[in-house]
Amino acid sequence: MQRLIVKALSPMLQHFAAGLLMLSLAASSWADLDTIIIDQGVDDPIRIAVVPFALSEDLDNADNLAKLIRFDLARSGQFDPVAPENMLSYPSTQDAVFFRDWRILQTAYLVIGQAQTNAVGQIEVSYQLFDVATQAQLQRVSFNIGREQWRDVGHKIADLVYTEVTGVRGAFSTKILYVLAQDIGTQSARYKLQIADVDGARARTLFDSSEPILSASWSPDGRRVAYVSFETGRPSIILQDIDGPNRERLTNFRGINGSPVFSPDGKQLAMVLSRSGDPEVFVMDLETRKLRRITRHPAIDTEPSWSPDGRYLVFTSDRGGKPQIYQLELATNFLERLTFVGDYNARARLLSDGRHLVFVHRRNGIFHIAWQDLLEDRLLVLTESSLDESPSLAPNGAMLIYATQDQDKGILAVVSVDGRVKYRLPSSAGDVREPAWSPFLPDVVPPQSG
Amino acid sequence: MQVQEKIKHLWVAVLAALVIAGCSSTATEPVVEQQPATEVAEVVEVVEVIEETGPGFAADNTTPVDSSGNPISRTFYFDFDQAIVSPADFAALSTHAEILRANPNRSVVVAGHCDQRGTREYNLALGESRAKSISAILVANGVSARQIEEISYGEEELANPANNARAWAQNRRAVVSYR
Repeated sequence: MQRLIVKALSPMLQHFAAGLLMLSLAASSWADLDTIIIDQGVDDPIRIAVVPFALSEDLDNADNLAKLIRFDLARSGQFDPVAPENMLSYPSTQDAVFFRDWRILQTAYLVIGQAQTNAVGQIEVSYQLFDVATQAQLQRVSFNIGREQWRDVGHKIADLVYTEVTGVRGAFSTKILYVLAQDIGTQSARYKLQIADVDGARARTLFDSSEPILSASWSPDGRRVAYVSFETGRPSIILQDIDGPNRERLTNFRGINGSPVFSPDGKQLAMVLSRSGDPEVFVMDLETRKLRRITRHPAIDTEPSWSPDGRYLVFTSDRGGKPQIYQLELATNFLERLTFVGDYNARARLLSDGRHLVFVHRRNGIFHIAWQDLLEDRLLVLTESSLDESPSLAPNGAMLIYATQDQDKGILAVVSVDGRVKYRLPSSAGDVREPAWSPFLPDVVPPQSG
Repeated sequence: MQVQEKIKHLWVAVLAALVIAGCSSTATEPVVEQQPATEVAEVVEVVEVIEETGPGFAADNTTPVDSSGNPISRTFYFDFDQAIVSPADFAALSTHAEILRANPNRSVVVAGHCDQRGTREYNLALGESRAKSISAILVANGVSARQIEEISYGEEELANPANNARAWAQNRRAVVSYR
């Protein structure tokens, strides 16, 4: 494993080089997304060494743990992990660390760790993070995990290291929802609502149907998902537990039942219904189930999304003749058009700062993901592929996942909000689409000491 | 002699029907099927029975036919991001209206579809606009609104999954299905 990051060369060479660097870490079961292909990283990524963890004799997963942490950090595009075969030593305790070994490799940070089984049969995993230049210990953390939790603890360590070094909260322990479409156009077509680790591993099916599924949306506590299912032959909005038994058809009106999105406090669900004759944005109070109509216009109003403070809804409308993004202040009904560049701007999501918007933008007939600064009216096209859609932001706001096409196949891809870091998550199991990045989720492997 | 002529004529009609069936899609069967030759022969025999009274249904009781027994178009195409029905389709829609007026106990589903470009939920809305454009013409031609149900599939049920201008044009459609 040499350098993971492929710098932007000519697009063709970049494609070729990326193909050579496909990593085989994530592929563990048939339903998972395939190997991740890293297309592009930052120009000057941070060198970090994650030494294979030392482990007691009854354990056999320690190297995979370091590999998982390296792979998480590399995927962020901001780190350039040292390949284990290039390391000059393999310390697992502070006594065994010779900082000179790491300075020679121009390593800025060093992670060492170990794992052993404790008296009650749990696995005790601990690690230390060092700043190589100052030789200072920055972190020393331990966890007690079950034997099936290697991936959980690996993602958690990557989160803590990433947070310490970059100052931005790591999001490697989050999940993604997406739709896997198989045998489309045949009698045996299947649509599966999938949940997986954010690297595509450990995928499992939440709902399986012969009819289309789309527009999955997380509740802010990460416990429920709302989505659109055609299971009755018509679209309806479904509310389902991620891990529990509850599944409920929330709406089943004549016409469109679409675009469900939870409010930031989780108490309301914005949605689109056309029961009044044309698509309008509504808000449902999830406790009383009462519906409040938000938009009143004979044009298409759809794809609502909340501002982080819950005071505004942004939505797509063609009331000006072409689809553009509008923002409505709920308390005052004050309406403002947000996008003016191009003749197709749709499905916007506001970043947590409330100031930046990501959306689908058509330029020269091709659909890309774009980013806009609402204060400075600056627009940046983030993606170069075509038919890019469904952008969904990571909870730390650093990256977004979206759906695109690769050789007529639906795949997922990730791009940083500055456009500098890119990777792809294809699937050999079928077309993958409609990704939704989870909020930060409760710790499944809480740190024992900080 | 006349019978032979008639059969030849019907062959054309049946072939046209198959072509239309191959290009179109309904709610439950979005599949392009290869019809075995034997079925074609059967259809020819039954269609023979149809009397030339007015537009109605073929012997399968779901295929709409004009007064000559020729199947009429059930699929109507649209321009990108548009829901305007082409004037070229008015004649076929007026025949559908005639059939529905004459058969008030029958109803249709008008399914609106879009191509793969643009966002899925916007396309769900656009597909509904297309279905409503078709049903508005039927209602303007005297059909009761209760006989019509509109469903939008957006870009979820493609007629042609390829990504090129021809496939996109085939996907931007509304399909009228009798039940």
